[in-house]
Amino acid sequence: MKIEFVLNDKKQVIQVDPASRLLDILRDDFELTSVKEGCGEGECGACVVLMDDKAVNSCLIPVGNIEGRHIVTMESFRKTERYKVIEESFLEAGSVQCGFCTPGIVMSTESLLRENPKPGDNEIRDALSGNLCRCTGYNMIIKGVKLAATRGKGLW
Amino acid sequence: MVDGFRPADLQEALEFRARHPSIPIAGGTDLMVQKARGFGLKPDFNKPLLFIGHLRKLRQISVRDGNIHIGAGVLLSELIINDKISEALKMAVRQMASPPSRNLATIGGNICNASPAGDTLPYLYAVDAKLILKSVSSERIIHIGKFITDPKQNTLEHDELLTEIIIPNKIFNVSYYKKVGQRKGMSLTKASFQGLADIKNSNVLDIRIAFGSVAPIIVRSREIEASIIGKPVSEINAAVPEILKKYATLIRPIDDARSSAAYRKRVSLRLLEDFLSKLS
Repeated sequence: MKIEFVLNDKKQVIQVDPASRLLDILRDDFELTSVKEGCGEGECGACVVLMDDKAVNSCLIPVGNIEGRHIVTMESFRKTERYKVIEESFLEAGSVQCGFCTPGIVMSTESLLRENPKPGDNEIRDALSGNLCRCTGYNMIIKGVKLAATRGKGLW
Repeated sequence: MVDGFRPADLQEALEFRARHPSIPIAGGTDLMVQKARGFGLKPDFNKPLLFIGHLRKLRQISVRDGNIHIGAGVLLSELIINDKISEALKMAVRQMASPPSRNLATIGGNICNASPAGDTLPYLYAVDAKLILKSVSSERIIHIGKFITDPKQNTLEHDELLTEIIIPNKIFNVSYYKKVGQRKGMSLTKASFQGLADIKNSNVLDIRIAFGSVAPIIVRSREIEASIIGKPVSEINAAVPEILKKYATLIRPIDDARSSAAYRKRVSLRLLEDFLSKLS
């Protein structure tokens, strides 16, 4: 099937089996390796990307579903001002250890702050409930998101 | 063999459905996992996929004749923020999966997947939700309890699509929902309980009780509900042990990776007890 979509602000036309997972297309065909595979069943959030500004699990998306949609991965999001605020805040709060879950968490954070620029603790916990981190114990991540929301005031 | 089809509209989808064996797919959050083959491999579907998640007609929530009509392709995340959706359903949906999955998963998918642990189901059974099933040449409206027949089994015909869910217009002034899982986020249900009641002047005008995850299909008994309806709350409060006993025979859970049958049964009856004793 021919699929037309926008990937990191660039229009793409691909010929694929529409049952292919978006995750595999991003990693293997486009070499966007910020998108990680952890569990492959929507539980861990390591594969989270943005689809039309909303966090989604790319391991659960058949590419037949991305026609006309805008997919954003860390590779392009990292060039934004908002990313810089998140990065700085995460570093300061100790939100990153091994880093494997971090791209997914950054994407979930962006999706949350777009919807709700001043999230409370519980809203942050809910927004990140689909992202597993085995290193930090989460409290430092939540602190990082809060810091980003404060520092990036006006950006979201 | 065509590997998939993206219809421009519902009519085109139904025409494809009539002509080809196919697997309708909306969000894909259940199907992509069930058919997954592992890292780097495309899931193994034995029939062409019919993509329906983008169809406008399936994405609407409207009120007609006082009833709420929810398109089968409405996302879980859209249900949570829509003001036509009752707080009771929202409460169940908010506890499903996580935001990145709720941004993909649809209510129609949760119904068609027909899992005993499907978290929209206890509510939909409790409110007597009806489903519109369409084909090119026909349309039928059936009660959700007639649609789901067994775990993972539904009565969707090969040429039909679930297009709408109808929630009857009915106000309940007591709403109680509890999902029991291993943790708060990303949890699959061990047992769930939906209680709804309409209480006026300390009389039970209506009551609905549904249990999820404790039998092959959602447990609801009109007979037991009828024995409660019309009585004063004080009488029901006093009859709680008797009511629990009646439900105990209907709750037939299994042992599996998520929980034990004994725990499921016990916690389900405790939730029922809590709901009934809170009526006032």
